[in-house]
Amino acid sequence: MTNLRLNRAPAVDTALKLVLVAVAMFAFVFVVMVPLYNVLCDVLGINGKTAGQAYKAVPVAVDESREVTVQFVAIKNDGMPWEFSPGVRTVRVHPGASNGVVFHAQNPTDSDMVAQAIPSISPNRAAAYFHKTECFCFDQQPLASRADAEMALQFIVDQGLPQDIHTITLSYTLFDVTSKLSEGLATR
Amino acid sequence: MGDHHGPATGVTRWLFTTNHKDIGTMYLWFSFAMFLLGGFFAMVIRAELFQPGMQLVEPAFFNQMTTLHGLIMVFGAIMPSFVGLANWLIPMMIGAPDMALPRMNNWSFWILPPAFLMLASTLFMEGGAPAFGWTFYAPLSTTYAAPSVTFFIFAIHILGVSSIMGSINIIATVMNMRAPGMTYMKMPLFVWTWLITAFLLVAVMPVLAGAVTMMLMDVHFGTSFFSAAGGGDPVLFQHIFWFFGHPEVYIIILPAFGVVSQIIPAFSRKPLFGYASMVYATASIAFLSFIVWAHHMYTVGMPVAGELFFMYATMLIAVPTGVKVFNWITTMWRGALSFETPMLFCIGFLVLFTLGGFTGLMLSIAPADFQYHDTYFVVAHFHYVMVAGAVFSMTAAVYFWLPKWCGRMYNESMGKAHFWISFIGFNITFFPQHFVGLAGMPRRIPDYALQFADFNMMSSIGAFIYGASQLLFLYNVIATIVAGKRVSDEKVWDGAEGLEWTVATPAPYHTFEEPPLVPKPAGTI
Repeated sequence: MTNLRLNRAPAVDTALKLVLVAVAMFAFVFVVMVPLYNVLCDVLGINGKTAGQAYKAVPVAVDESREVTVQFVAIKNDGMPWEFSPGVRTVRVHPGASNGVVFHAQNPTDSDMVAQAIPSISPNRAAAYFHKTECFCFDQQPLASRADAEMALQFIVDQGLPQDIHTITLSYTLFDVTSKLSEGLATR
Repeated sequence: MGDHHGPATGVTRWLFTTNHKDIGTMYLWFSFAMFLLGGFFAMVIRAELFQPGMQLVEPAFFNQMTTLHGLIMVFGAIMPSFVGLANWLIPMMIGAPDMALPRMNNWSFWILPPAFLMLASTLFMEGGAPAFGWTFYAPLSTTYAAPSVTFFIFAIHILGVSSIMGSINIIATVMNMRAPGMTYMKMPLFVWTWLITAFLLVAVMPVLAGAVTMMLMDVHFGTSFFSAAGGGDPVLFQHIFWFFGHPEVYIIILPAFGVVSQIIPAFSRKPLFGYASMVYATASIAFLSFIVWAHHMYTVGMPVAGELFFMYATMLIAVPTGVKVFNWITTMWRGALSFETPMLFCIGFLVLFTLGGFTGLMLSIAPADFQYHDTYFVVAHFHYVMVAGAVFSMTAAVYFWLPKWCGRMYNESMGKAHFWISFIGFNITFFPQHFVGLAGMPRRIPDYALQFADFNMMSSIGAFIYGASQLLFLYNVIATIVAGKRVSDEKVWDGAEGLEWTVATPAPYHTFEEPPLVPKPAGTI
């Protein structure tokens, strides 16, 4: 088989470089695509994602001339046994003003549970203009068996909200995260 | 041991072989076996859909059938068949004695059968096989998946490794093993399209591996990449999947373009028209394939600017693809045409692939896509490009090069019968699906509204015809190998050009141990 093979060194060299490319692409998924997706969703407010931390309110004039309807939707994820509902379904607010609402939650089961609420804004464009200064969704919500709770939300609708948006729908989906915590694994 | 030893004997010849022709042969037979298996699953699907109402199988099993049909056809049938073709032909086309890394070549084939054995074995597991569609969107494939999903994930990992190794080998071969004088712009177009395909594979198969790794972590290790409860996002899965998935469709079709670019000039007895533009068009398609992925997910709720970008970028792909179609037609223009079986399949490819391309353009229109999304219109579209595109060209390739491989001529009448039955059966199957799709019949559902009954019955009858025609193909190939009429001309086809037609027929076990002279000017293949 001797002269069947030409000098193999350049081919091996090419192959090793390509292995590096493959490994780099595998890493690219984890270290670039996932964080980039989250950053883009945060920055552009696409996908209806709202900020995960409290908004630092800056004192601004309240725009009394304009009223925006904010609707609240409470959804329980598949298999979530809690009662979960908004205190009011709809409020009319002025951009710039701080507003407070509550959500009711009750754990009807015999065991202590922990829940996590995930917000989503519709229309997606409004997400960047909806500021939460206080929200139960920033933390996980533990509820003892048969206990209930009023969970608070404070928000400001930004004056910069595009003029063609008259109604914002804020939806919370409540997930059961008890088992994730009991496995001792932190959620991201 | 001299240079001109033949193959070893017995089963070890196949287990331990490092010969590119042996490995190519194994790839081709393996992919044909997978083609029949995936085809059998398609027959189950069409039998269930023969009439409205639940007829033969449970809905859960129906979903397993659609999933396995897609996975096996894409990863088990089409991709390995073109790798097999590359193994057989690339060294012979560029005047190399073998692939650059023959032992790795052996590995990349032999890890494939275990991967598909693992995938197929999920059918017999508790909870059944994967039932979430070949696109395996989270959370269907994570939170709601059967336990067999872990086997699915490892199967994808293994076949991904196989594809990457195969591509690395092809790139290393083409870049380092060309005969003196075989410059890049003299390479046959099949080699060019495969070189570009191999780069696509090295770039995106690791992305697929990343996606299934994240699934594995979500299912077993408590992470939340795709679970909103833990701060992840199911839409992220779709972005990652289609960042792999869109280049993947070009991975499947570019080698098919290469095959057609070899065969049409041979039976037109003219050099390929616009060789350089073909190369540039292929490269442009490969580049564009990376920036259009979200046209598969217009309905997830993207900003309008995003929808517009992906819409226009997608439409742009029609330009280089159009260049190719025009070049093939112009190659035939005023050629001395003859219509042997490989040419018939290539012309079938040209007509039907172009139709599939047009429906692709329709689907690229973001506002219209909301109506077409996840309907049978999409099913019709991608079967026109996958079956009439990739599978027809692969069939053409087998008929074209089989005489060179085994030194025997196939039965021409049977070949032509195979073409016409395939062509008619294919169109009876998939053409009506455009109509039921536009009327709103969703894909991946085992039952449907009554008004779709007639078209579905047509589809099913067509599918049985098309399926049966593949058995004719199998018979013809076996009959050729065993008892076909012997041919000994180096040039089996009078119009064929290229180095593979300068070696003896049947192709000896070792070719081009001494580099050949490369006399052809660019453009004559």
